[in-house]
Amino acid sequence: MNQWEVVIGIETHAQLATVSKIFSGASTAFGAEPNTQACAVDLALPGVLPVLNRKAVECAIRFGLAIGAHVAPRSVFARKNYFYPDLPKGYQISQFELPVVQGGAITVQVGSGDKAYEKTITLTRAHLEEDAGKSLHEDFHGKSGIDLNRAGTPLLEIVTEPDMRSSDEAVAYARALHGLVRWIGICDGNMQEGSFRCDANVSVRRPGAPFGTRREIKNLNSFRFLKEAIDFEVQWQINEIEEGRAIQQATVLFDPDTGETRTMRTKEDAHDYRYFPDPDLLPLVISADWMERVRGELPELPGQKRERFMRDLGLSTYDAGTLTASQEIAAYFEATVAVAGQANAKPCANWVMVDLAARLNKEGKEIVESPVSAVQLGGLIQRIADNTISNNIAKKVFEALWNGEGATADEVIDKQGLKQITDTGAIEKLVDEVLAANAANVAEYKAGKEKAFNALVGQVMKAAKGKANPQQVNELLKAKLAG
Amino acid sequence: MINKSLKDLSQALAARQISSVELSALFLDRIERLNPEINAFVTVDREKTLAMARAADARIAAGTAGPLTGIPVAQKDIFCAEGWTTTCGSKMLANFVSPYDATVIRKMHAEAGLVSLGKTNMDEFAMGSSNETSYFGPVKNPWDRSRVPGGSSGGSAAAVAARLAPAATGTDTGGSIRQPAALCNLTGLKPTYGVVSRYGMIAFASSLDQGGPMAASAEDCALLLNTMAGFDERDSTSLERPTEDYARDLDKPLNGLRIGLPREFFGEGCDAAVMAAVQAAIKEYEKLGATCVEVSLPNSHLSVPAYYVIAPAEASSNLSRFDGVRYGYRAPEYGSLDDMYMKTRAQGFGAEVKRRILIGAYVLSHGYYDAYYLQAQRIRRLIANDFVEAFKSCDVIMGPTSPSIAFKLGEKAADPVQMYLSDIYTIAVNLAGLPGMSIPCGLAEELPVGLQLIGNYFDEARLLNVAHRFQQATDWHTRRPAAIA
Repeated sequence: MNQWEVVIGIETHAQLATVSKIFSGASTAFGAEPNTQACAVDLALPGVLPVLNRKAVECAIRFGLAIGAHVAPRSVFARKNYFYPDLPKGYQISQFELPVVQGGAITVQVGSGDKAYEKTITLTRAHLEEDAGKSLHEDFHGKSGIDLNRAGTPLLEIVTEPDMRSSDEAVAYARALHGLVRWIGICDGNMQEGSFRCDANVSVRRPGAPFGTRREIKNLNSFRFLKEAIDFEVQWQINEIEEGRAIQQATVLFDPDTGETRTMRTKEDAHDYRYFPDPDLLPLVISADWMERVRGELPELPGQKRERFMRDLGLSTYDAGTLTASQEIAAYFEATVAVAGQANAKPCANWVMVDLAARLNKEGKEIVESPVSAVQLGGLIQRIADNTISNNIAKKVFEALWNGEGATADEVIDKQGLKQITDTGAIEKLVDEVLAANAANVAEYKAGKEKAFNALVGQVMKAAKGKANPQQVNELLKAKLAG
Repeated sequence: MINKSLKDLSQALAARQISSVELSALFLDRIERLNPEINAFVTVDREKTLAMARAADARIAAGTAGPLTGIPVAQKDIFCAEGWTTTCGSKMLANFVSPYDATVIRKMHAEAGLVSLGKTNMDEFAMGSSNETSYFGPVKNPWDRSRVPGGSSGGSAAAVAARLAPAATGTDTGGSIRQPAALCNLTGLKPTYGVVSRYGMIAFASSLDQGGPMAASAEDCALLLNTMAGFDERDSTSLERPTEDYARDLDKPLNGLRIGLPREFFGEGCDAAVMAAVQAAIKEYEKLGATCVEVSLPNSHLSVPAYYVIAPAEASSNLSRFDGVRYGYRAPEYGSLDDMYMKTRAQGFGAEVKRRILIGAYVLSHGYYDAYYLQAQRIRRLIANDFVEAFKSCDVIMGPTSPSIAFKLGEKAADPVQMYLSDIYTIAVNLAGLPGMSIPCGLAEELPVGLQLIGNYFDEARLLNVAHRFQQATDWHTRRPAAIA
């Protein structure tokens, strides 16, 4: 494996979050009865004509601005001609030679912890196009059914350069892109419903050698499948080459059940799509005014937020990156900090990234579904910061909040009597009792056994039901034992 | 009544000399009697027509009528009309009943209150210059039934010439309004590209197609165009311009009018008798106060080859939707999906349509695209620039519409190139997107000759004015085929 370098480029189809289709007024809502959301234009009746949905164009502009790309002042819609029953016109309206978004880049975090690194993925282009309908091959007694509800749904096809060198990088990119398109509100990111689907172009080569022949894995609709498909494909290609067989350019499908890719079509049976500019549509002209208006409506972007978290809140690159992976995480974190105070940004980051994330993960919940609100968590962190409770007790309070046992951290602390004991007199009393009752441990400690000290701390904390300030317990014990 | 102008019919209706129902029935009766011979109509629906006429009479009675409310017209069967079979002259759509109205249909009937007499025959998918490619059989020229009426709007032309309808719509991709108008002694206007909405007009070559009126006079055409034209948000190539009255300048004198005569239109390739009639018409214009200047369209000889790349390219893609999946013809027996496509399209399309699809697919193919399609687009720009240059020294360009009078049925059917050359003077106008007209200007061998008028962009009102003044001074446009009574 070490002697092979993996090369991956990704094409993503992001369904744009418009109310109506890209070239007709029909609804884009998901899940309607088949063919109830297909108007005359979507059905390609004789004589109908496409009219471009400006909202779809705005989505493309937003994306172009968000990735620092060139938003073309003039781009052209072309016809991609091929026959298929779910393609009503016999051609798909897409952009070919002059796409609306050209270039741009997305910086992603790959891996975690010590192995984490940043990588910038360059984008080739992003272009507007219409989706096809769906062929339903089951439940039709040997015939195929066609549902044209999806026909004409606006898509932004986002194409990278072959910049990724591992499935982890590919997944990191796909996740970052997924986060970004939702962040800027152009795509709902629903992968089950097909709103965000990736094709991976995979090849392998000896380091330094020219690119190998690529095979394209089509329609991956989860990050797990993306990783599994690439890993399988890479191993398959290496095996083929090592056994002396050349890779043939091909389009392949990934079967999640077997974890394998299989060839759908090879280059020999590739279509000649006979692209040409669509004479029914004028070139798409985007004025500077329009672009500036869209720019003014953009939210703070993940990259900008990340920089700000590092600069103003003193977070590490990794923390800042993790907390800006999605707008929901960032919003939760910022709301937590708003309550806990900027000085507690680091503990806020830890709670969101570690404790909250683990708990959410355990129950398979998204952060927007968290039973503990950002305001509640912020209040909890405040009580740690002002020594009302210890970190350990805080975990209990968090659990209580999660289970709805109180509206605020303060209420839980109050009701359950979890307030930390910081009264030196009270702690001293407990220390004295423990020392008196554990002569053996005292003797061991004095004989030089450090472990015995921990046992004594444990006894004090137990006697205090965990509520004694650990630092004070330590100090008092040390002083008494020394005395 | 059958020979009256639209203006006269309008007055007769307004004065209650005749009702729309009576007028429509008069023409329906003529259609019933004469259409079996001429084959101008492919669909007639007496009940639908009379229902529209009754609605028009109600509007007239209620005082909500427009200038043309109640006047019956014929619709080329390329326009989708709700509830009407809309065939485009093809077996592929022989049973297709449109569930919606083309914008032109909506404007003419729902808005202006015109009555539809039915759908007229045409070359299949508007591909042809003789109406012989129609699945529903050729149309006969009312002037001589052994001859073609021209095409592709041959059914509309024959219907108006035989007075089966007072006026009709046509569409013009390379001459399909002007050439049949010339061959049937009618006035026909192809407007500037984008003036008439293409929504619901079944596409042949999207960047060239344009609907327009065909009638007995320029005045009728102006009135009809008033109901057809206008910006349509459903057609992205429709032009957003203020609405205009195309009849406003009809009577303007022609003093000082500069007529450009392109050297290339007056050389070889045109029948002498046609040329003589055209020359005589130009003399008439000089009498009306116009002056002639020679102009040049140096790239016009490239218009036919460029057209026969661009139009088939667009057609090959436009006609892909006729695949047997959702509507229209499907082969009765087939194996695989590919087999269904192949049999459906092999059986559903006629020879000329298949020829153009093949040419179109070829010129768009990988490796040929630059040499054919892009090259043709470059030529198209050169041709348009030639006109821009020419219009610097003239107001209107004139020449023959067709190089010959109506030819015999079958005469050119076996030779596509000969057939294509019958549009040699008209095609450049479509490539440039300019407005063009054909008006009757004489007879040769007792058959009509058309004079072509080409205007600058959006000069429809001026073209109609130039045509109208000629028709005030001459009577060629009033001549009717002897056999039609």
